[in-house]
Amino acid sequence: MPKNSPSIDMTPMVDLAFLLVTFFMLISQFRAEEAAVIDMPSSVSDLKIPDKDIMMILVDKEDHVFFTITGQDTRRTVLESMGEKYGVAFEEDQITEFSNMASFGVPMKEMKEYLSAGSTERKKLQEKSAGIPIDSLSCELCDWVFYGRINAPRFRVAIKGDQVSGYPTIRRVMDILQDKKVNKFNLITNMESGPAE
Amino acid sequence: MADLNTGEEGGGKKKHGKQRAKKSSTRIDMTPMVDLGFLLLTFFILTTTFNKPQAMEINMPVKDDELKDEDKNKVPAEHTLNIILTDNNIVYWYFGVADPNKPLPSLTKTNYTQDGIRKLLIKENNKRHNMYSQIEAWKKDVSTGKMEDSDYKEKLKAFRESNKMSSLIVLLKPDKESNYKNVVDALDEMAICNVGSYALLETNDIENQMVANANTF
Repeated sequence: MPKNSPSIDMTPMVDLAFLLVTFFMLISQFRAEEAAVIDMPSSVSDLKIPDKDIMMILVDKEDHVFFTITGQDTRRTVLESMGEKYGVAFEEDQITEFSNMASFGVPMKEMKEYLSAGSTERKKLQEKSAGIPIDSLSCELCDWVFYGRINAPRFRVAIKGDQVSGYPTIRRVMDILQDKKVNKFNLITNMESGPAE
Repeated sequence: MADLNTGEEGGGKKKHGKQRAKKSSTRIDMTPMVDLGFLLLTFFILTTTFNKPQAMEINMPVKDDELKDEDKNKVPAEHTLNIILTDNNIVYWYFGVADPNKPLPSLTKTNYTQDGIRKLLIKENNKRHNMYSQIEAWKKDVSTGKMEDSDYKEKLKAFRESNKMSSLIVLLKPDKESNYKNVVDALDEMAICNVGSYALLETNDIENQMVANANTF
C-alpha cells in the first residue's frame, strides 16, 4: 500500500467555492418584484442608470402605466401627500408596505385594497386594474410626478417602456412630464452592440 | 480525536484491531456539503447581473404656450428632413414642409435596417459637409484612448457651431400607429449617424393623409 493516499485533497477547492458563494451572496441584491413585465427595446447608448435617486414611469405592452420612486422615506411622504389629495386615509402598516414595494400600477381608489392584499391577490388586482390613470380628466400620474418632484427635486426621471407600447401613451407620459417642467429625462433601454461596420 | 483526514497517516500509530473500527467513524463525508456549495455557487453566478440597464437621455424643449409664432425658431426648409414612423416598422421620409397650398412632397418608404434610414442619414450628412466622417474618426480616437472625452466634446461643439446654418435637421414624427421601439430605434439612428439637431414631434393632419395615401398604393 502506497503511503500517499490516492485521493486528492479537496480542501482548498472547497474553501474557494465557499468563498465565492459568500461573495455572490453578498453582492447580489434581490430586487422586489416589479408589477409589470417589460421587454425593453435596445439602443447603443451607454449611459448607466443609477439605482437610487430615480423616479421611474413604466409603460407595459398593454399601455398600462406604472410608477415608482426610490427611497423609503420619499415613498412614504409621497403616498401621504397623495392620500391627502385624494381623500384616502392609509394605515401605518399600509404605508410601510408601500415604502417597501417596487412599482405599482393601480388608481388611488384601489390603492388601499392593493396594499392590504397578499402577494398572489395583489397580482390579480394588478391584472384587473388598468394602470394609473393618465387621461386629462383624472390625471393621477400628474399628481404622482408632482409630489415626487416636490419631495425629491433632484431625482432623475426615467421612462421605461415596452417594445410594443403604443407611441400615443408614451407621448402622453412625456407631455405630462413636460407639464410638470421635467424637460430632461431618460429612456431606459437594453444594451446593444454598436452599429455593424 | 476528530481530526480531519489530511491525506497522511495520522500520528504514525501502528494499526491495531480496535483502532481500525474507530477510524471509519472519524471521517466526515463532505461530498453532500461540497455539492450543495457548488450548487449555490452556480445559482448565484447565474442570477447575478452586473450590467445595469442603459439609458438614453433626451432633452425636450420647454413647453411654453405663451410663445408667439414669430419667436419660435425657424428652420430652413431645404435642410429639414421629416421622418414619419408608422406601423409595421415602416418609415416614410420627405424633405421640406408639407404645405396644403402647394403640391405635396412625395413620401419615400424605408425601414430601420442598415440600408434604410441610416444610409439616407449618412448620405445627407456627407452631402452637406465633406468633413462629416471626421466625427466618426474622433469617436474612434476616444474609444481607443487617443483623445480625451472633453476634447471630443469641444471639437464636436465647434464643428456644430461652424455648420449651424447648413446642417441637417431631422424632425421625427411617430404617428399613432407606431410603437415605443420604433421611437427608440429612430433616436438611436440619430446617435449613430451623429445628427446634431433633431426633434421629436407629432404628425399633423396633412402628414397623416399622406401616410394613408402612401399605404394604399
